[in-house]
Amino acid sequence: MIDSKELDQNFKYEVSKEIEGANITRCFACGTCTSSCPVREIDNKYNPRKIIRMVLLGMRERVLKSNFIWLCSTCCICDDRCPQGVNLTKIMTALKNIAAKEGYIHPFFRGQARLVSTFGRLYDVEDFDNKKRMKLGLIQVKKNFEEVTKLTKNILPKEAIQ
Amino acid sequence: MKYALFLGCTISIREQNYEMATREVAKKLGIEFIDVEDFSCCGFPIRPTSAEASLLIAARNLAIAAEISEKICTLCNACTSTLTEANKELNNDKELRKKVNKELINIGRKFKPGLNIKHFSRILYEDVGLEGIKKKIVNDLSCLRFSVHYGCHYLRPSGIYDYFEDAENPSTFEELVETTGAEVVDYKNKLDCCGSPILGVEENIAHSIAKRKLDSVKENKVDALITICPFCSIMFEKSQKKIEAKFNVEYNLPVLYYPQILGLALGINIEQLGFRMNKIKPDALLGKVIGS
Repeated sequence: MIDSKELDQNFKYEVSKEIEGANITRCFACGTCTSSCPVREIDNKYNPRKIIRMVLLGMRERVLKSNFIWLCSTCCICDDRCPQGVNLTKIMTALKNIAAKEGYIHPFFRGQARLVSTFGRLYDVEDFDNKKRMKLGLIQVKKNFEEVTKLTKNILPKEAIQ
Repeated sequence: MKYALFLGCTISIREQNYEMATREVAKKLGIEFIDVEDFSCCGFPIRPTSAEASLLIAARNLAIAAEISEKICTLCNACTSTLTEANKELNNDKELRKKVNKELINIGRKFKPGLNIKHFSRILYEDVGLEGIKKKIVNDLSCLRFSVHYGCHYLRPSGIYDYFEDAENPSTFEELVETTGAEVVDYKNKLDCCGSPILGVEENIAHSIAKRKLDSVKENKVDALITICPFCSIMFEKSQKKIEAKFNVEYNLPVLYYPQILGLALGINIEQLGFRMNKIKPDALLGKVIGS
């Protein structure tokens, strides 16, 4: 049941203002995305057409608090096939970005954001790693990137880096 | 042929066999790499949290590259798409460029248009060329049969790559593998995702996605699945035992990086191609090559 009192008519405009959300209002619900989606084929709880529909209807809280927005594998098959150029992968990113700002970030991505903003890499490189590289005849890799930390610290939602 | 080498996070720390084989193959084929210590993460893993932060990290890497070489070689599909997309957007959108440079100036960097980013496999196909590779082949691998997995971000979104491949019916990877003399065996869900980007979100779904591919590849009794992306490889190789246990199936399917098998065909010493680091041991196929 959808209760119209709970709908936020501005949600679609909020999404379209995100740097990756611009084309959401183009969707005419053909379902090419859903029929192409490898995640949906395994588990119906991730259904891109339904998610876009929910956004257009204004079901803000239900979308942002959901687990399903984090299930887009970013394979971009839907992007390539969408007849309206909706850029669904980008829309999913826009939704994740808004959710992150509201404090609903998925712990997996919070972990990745923390690693990248702290170390400039997806890994906390240890001496062991560079020793292993040396043994294999490979050059040493840098452990910290202060420039990346500086560049991202004011942009990432507090929830993501604290 | 000179390129700034963008290694990315995962290859340098977890998938050094890919790096070793790539460096050896490049040497053999006259490709020169410039190592750039200041290249960080490409920005891909932070995109779900903040697309803006992701773009800035990519732009910083591109700004560093511009000081060294106009050509960048990537090895990971996710790095390739993240850097290519950022480069394209910053080249085409003057306002965005201004905004990004306003942030980059705080760390003493500046993005400049004119960079060219290519995955190593695309460099092999377009810049070395199939004939250029074939001329250097000394070991014929016609005793082997392989299937290939392109990985999503090597092909898509196809617009960012200026449609260099037909993303619905690609062929360049197969052609590259065929230069070794090996047979390439097609399978029904070749273009499907590996599942790795959601491995940390819902492991069961990610494993089910990978299982579907492993099932069809195994059906054809090939010697190995060939990949060109560390995340795809981790999914099919490092997670293979877990998938076998979860679904009560058996694959024992070697998963190799393209430069590893190309290196074999180019006559590079097996030790230098990092096969020892492969979790599913490719001993049977190596035996066929050495024995033939």
